[in-house]
Amino acid sequence: MLRPRIIPCLLIHNKGLVKTMKFNQNKYVGDPINAVRIFNEKEVDELIVLDIDATVEGRGPNFEIIKNLAIECRMPLCYGGGVSSVSDAIKIINLGAEKVALSSAVIENPKLVSDIAKAVGSQSVVVVLDVKKKLFGGYEIYTKNGKKATGKDPITLTKQYEILGAGEIVINSIDNDGVMKGYDLTLCKKIREATTLPLTFLGGAGKLEDLKDLIQSFNVIGAAAGSLFVFKGVYNAVLINYPTREDKNRLYKYE
Amino acid sequence: MVGIINYGSGNVHAIANLHNRANIPYVISDSPDDLSQADRFILPGVGAYDETMKMIRSKGLFDFLNDEIQMKKKLIVGVCVGMQILGNKSEEGMETGFGWIKGTVRKFETKNLKYKPYLPHLGWNNLFENRQSQLFQDIDLDQGFYFLHSYYFDCDSKEDVIAYTDYGEKFACIINYENVYGVQFHPEKSHSNGIKLFQNFATLPTLKI
Repeated sequence: MLRPRIIPCLLIHNKGLVKTMKFNQNKYVGDPINAVRIFNEKEVDELIVLDIDATVEGRGPNFEIIKNLAIECRMPLCYGGGVSSVSDAIKIINLGAEKVALSSAVIENPKLVSDIAKAVGSQSVVVVLDVKKKLFGGYEIYTKNGKKATGKDPITLTKQYEILGAGEIVINSIDNDGVMKGYDLTLCKKIREATTLPLTFLGGAGKLEDLKDLIQSFNVIGAAAGSLFVFKGVYNAVLINYPTREDKNRLYKYE
Repeated sequence: MVGIINYGSGNVHAIANLHNRANIPYVISDSPDDLSQADRFILPGVGAYDETMKMIRSKGLFDFLNDEIQMKKKLIVGVCVGMQILGNKSEEGMETGFGWIKGTVRKFETKNLKYKPYLPHLGWNNLFENRQSQLFQDIDLDQGFYFLHSYYFDCDSKEDVIAYTDYGEKFACIINYENVYGVQFHPEKSHSNGIKLFQNFATLPTLKI
């Protein structure tokens, strides 16, 4: 049986790792390569690494960092941040990442999804949408680290990306980022109904039970988290952690 | 020695890194001169079928590999798309494959899946043994491997299947005919099972010509 995926999501800022709260208050949590080594030892299902500076600074991906991460990674790697062309995507896949995450560039120009899918195969094309609740109901996509409202609806765009050849959608809840009070299951349900693609949800997980709630609602799903896997204890000390096989057994039937 | 074929596709450096870790001697190259020192090859592959075949041909590796595999009977394991091109053809493209293991690469039928997601088949899945093989020794079947694909290898002969995985229907995830092996999953991204599989491959006895 295909199993749900439990995925640490690491954010790169000034070449170090940070954890944010509602896309603000960057807290330094360590060195990316060191974190990858620890996650290797913990036999992590998959890893998402996002460079949160690239688009804001108007630059492309940092290929040197990607190369070093991919060499070190013994688990599947999805890399995002500043990817804006077919050639960027090809380069990232050839450096050894399994998946390339697209965001601002394909929110502005959805057709880029199909161009990149043709070049690297749909299975390697991930679209990441940063989503915020609207004041009077519904959801809206933001870009530039949650600073720019796009006026676009995540459900409509998710459907469009599936048709264009995306291989996975990652929904990142800005409201729940770093809050550690559970996923926005209402949002998850709306997106799940809109597409047949593999989905990963990010934003809000604060304890293993939060992952369990998501998995029980959606079966084969990607349950991603930042804070949960880098902080420990009531004072949120930085300590990289990840559920063991026994812990996972309590979250879903392990076959 | 293992020859990791670096023709511009796939996680060659991650594969090389695992060999470093496991102290397996290897050479990584796209040049027939360097690769001919090896007695076995790893053929990686990520991406689309036609692109992969075109890259192999453009590097002059098609004839070289045919000679090494068919005439000299050296061992080879294809990984992911590297496995798919061991067959005759694919529904994904127009190019012909190496044809060393008889079969066609087909897109998954999603009608047998009970719930979403459908495609790609993405994540960790367990394995079922079809026949014994040294490649498969001490592998934790329940832990399984990491998969990322929408197409699978439909072998003409069930005898060529070492192990199956279930995704709505049973499909071949490890195949073998004589000196040619293929794995649909990504051993280089499958932690201890992946390292074990590469160790097993490095110690497989070579075929006598």
